[in-house]
Amino acid sequence: MPASDIPPNHRDDEERSVAYGVKPSRFVESGGEILDAERCLEIYRLMVRTRALEERTIKMSKSGEGYFWVGGPGEEAVNVCLGLMIKKGQGPAFDYLHLHYRNAGLLLAMGMPMVDHMRQMAMTATDRHSMGRNFVGHYAIAAWNVVPVTSVIEVQYTMAIGTAMVQKRFESDGVSVAVGGDAGTAQGDFSSCMIWASRPGQEVPVLMLVTNNGYGISTPAHTQHSEEHISDRATPFGIRSDNVNGNDPVATWRALERAFNYCRRSRRPYMLEAAVSRLHGHSSSSGAARVGGEPDVVKIFEDQLIGSGILHRELAEMIRHDAAEEADAAAEQVATEPRPLPSDVEKHTYAPSPVDAIYPDDYTGLPR
Amino acid sequence: MATLVQAVRLALHYGETHLGVTDIFGEDVGPPLGGVFTATQGLKTAWNTPLDERGIVGAAMGLALAGAKPVFEIQFCDYAFNMIDMLKVAGNLRWSSAGAYEMPIVMMVPTGAGIRGSIYHSHSYESQATRLAGWKIAMPSDALDAYGLMLSAIVDPNPVMVLLPKALLRVKGDKLIPGEPSDPAELSRRIDAPVGDRSNWQPDWPDVREYFVPFGSGELMREGPTATVLSYGRLLPVCVQVADELRQSHGIECDVIDLRSLFPYDWPMIARSVRKTGRVMIVNEDTEVTNFGEHLLRRIVEEHFYDLLVRPRLVQGKHLPGIGLNPVYESNSVPQPDHIRSALLALATDPA
Ligand SMILES: Cc1ncc(C[n+]2csc(CCOP(=O)(O)OP(=O)(O)O)c2C)c(N)n1
Repeated sequence: MPASDIPPNHRDDEERSVAYGVKPSRFVESGGEILDAERCLEIYRLMVRTRALEERTIKMSKSGEGYFWVGGPGEEAVNVCLGLMIKKGQGPAFDYLHLHYRNAGLLLAMGMPMVDHMRQMAMTATDRHSMGRNFVGHYAIAAWNVVPVTSVIEVQYTMAIGTAMVQKRFESDGVSVAVGGDAGTAQGDFSSCMIWASRPGQEVPVLMLVTNNGYGISTPAHTQHSEEHISDRATPFGIRSDNVNGNDPVATWRALERAFNYCRRSRRPYMLEAAVSRLHGHSSSSGAARVGGEPDVVKIFEDQLIGSGILHRELAEMIRHDAAEEADAAAEQVATEPRPLPSDVEKHTYAPSPVDAIYPDDYTGLPR
Repeated sequence: MATLVQAVRLALHYGETHLGVTDIFGEDVGPPLGGVFTATQGLKTAWNTPLDERGIVGAAMGLALAGAKPVFEIQFCDYAFNMIDMLKVAGNLRWSSAGAYEMPIVMMVPTGAGIRGSIYHSHSYESQATRLAGWKIAMPSDALDAYGLMLSAIVDPNPVMVLLPKALLRVKGDKLIPGEPSDPAELSRRIDAPVGDRSNWQPDWPDVREYFVPFGSGELMREGPTATVLSYGRLLPVCVQVADELRQSHGIECDVIDLRSLFPYDWPMIARSVRKTGRVMIVNEDTEVTNFGEHLLRRIVEEHFYDLLVRPRLVQGKHLPGIGLNPVYESNSVPQPDHIRSALLALATDPA
């Protein structure tokens, strides 16, 4: 494993805090919830790494190291908390992930090295998710049940029905997690998920997670939706639901924990809506510049942790510095990796088939 | 002899007992109905879904991603237009994930005209379907091929769509499926659900056996030196009948090829025949702007231009918004035996 694949070593925070004469609190309280300090620091570090990864990726979209950028600065808390709760593995005994295109933090929290994200941004042949075929953040990792992310808004909610059906049959406690934005919930696929997942006697464990950033590209949600909370739509289906401030990592952790506990135990669906920020606009197509006026969850959490004596400014600065270095190293590494070749264009179209006279193996162009 | 729809049912039975099919589903597919065309009566893994085509294909994709082997029915292809982006996702999922995932799903769907189905039960779908890269598209024209193509669809680890010619579903085949009882009345007694209350009914499945029609293999239905007729699905038997008539009446002998598999298609068989006859006609009932037959025609013209003796033809449906209910609409917009006969006669007698 190259050096840049290894996350920086965790430093001994407690030792440093003592050196600075701050007596660390053992818990962080926020939004009426509490979370232990060690967990908060773990979340904070991952959030900082996610932000560094996103910022470096945005830079790649401007420098010519990649083209289009889309991602989740402002959604770090939801993603990281979710990632730390995933029952990670392959097959129906584990959680399935049907993701949106803003979930880098989730994958980092699950242990994905930064280069795996950067390779997709740089369109390398080594890109494990798509061999340089798909936009950044369109992950696919079979070993972790991360099913291929597609740009088609909301189709992930219909696929989650199928994986959850198998999970229920398998008698595991695995959950199918479907993540999407707010505007996309207007698609029929979102309703399909509610209808199928709540069929009487045939309920399935889908965790429908809506990250509500208040916009679909340029269209403000309130101009198209009359419901106060998207999660209220779950009620008539008998689906339990909640909404949470996604800029409050402690409250988000607890809300996600309740959602998972419910799905794992009851084998029924749950809907959680998290209010999040969109700190760099929709994507690079709208410039990806940092926007003003939206709360920054990394900053908010940092201040909270400092206020509780769990973190101090210098340590926060070091964590940020390390994360930026890690992201730079990953970007540098992928810059020299091989690109796909013209001979790669047909690869992986078809799986080998014993009943195909023309394509017993992969696709090779039109029938000859 | 089994009808085409009985053959599909027998294939699904074989699939769920021998080939690992875990789920057969769609609108009205489970008990009590067993499918509006009876394709899924008596099957142990058949179940009903909400009336939601996008949900059906999405659920199938999820089931496949989690290791199940789903077969789903879309009730009529006329209602498979609202799900076409999901079919695209199914077709590109393996490619876009660089082989990380496979998508072993089977979609079966009745298509085409010929049952007085009016505007929304008469569409063809092959021209849309064959544009879905990553899929394999099959269309049987008789019961045995339906059985063999369904079994291939089930064992193939890629997304496969089997287009079922609606108007042929109740047509009996002339070849026995391996293991099929030779008396059609006995077969019907054993596997057709009774009319009315069927809550206590159980099928008595015959011991059918494995039989595959591989994708990309056409069948030469008639052989002759004069012309090549390429068809599939509902109009294939019409082409065979017309060829037989012209042999009788005019002594014209033609190759008639049943493509069976539309993608991949049996290019070696097509090319061989075109080289031999130099005269070619493609027949289908889909509409004429960007018709699947145009693709075959393009390749024939580009790759066999100097083998052609006369201009090639495509006999197809008219470019219209629909097929109207009064028979005058269908008989004047979808190829009829007379049209096919005069087109074939003109092709065969066109001076070179
Ligand atoms: C089916 C579909 N329609 C349109 C688009 C183009 N598009 C991409 S992102 C987007 C807005 C999505 O908004 P939302 O669901 O709120 O998610 P967000 O991007 O805000 O996270 C649109 C319209 C698409 N990708 N898919």
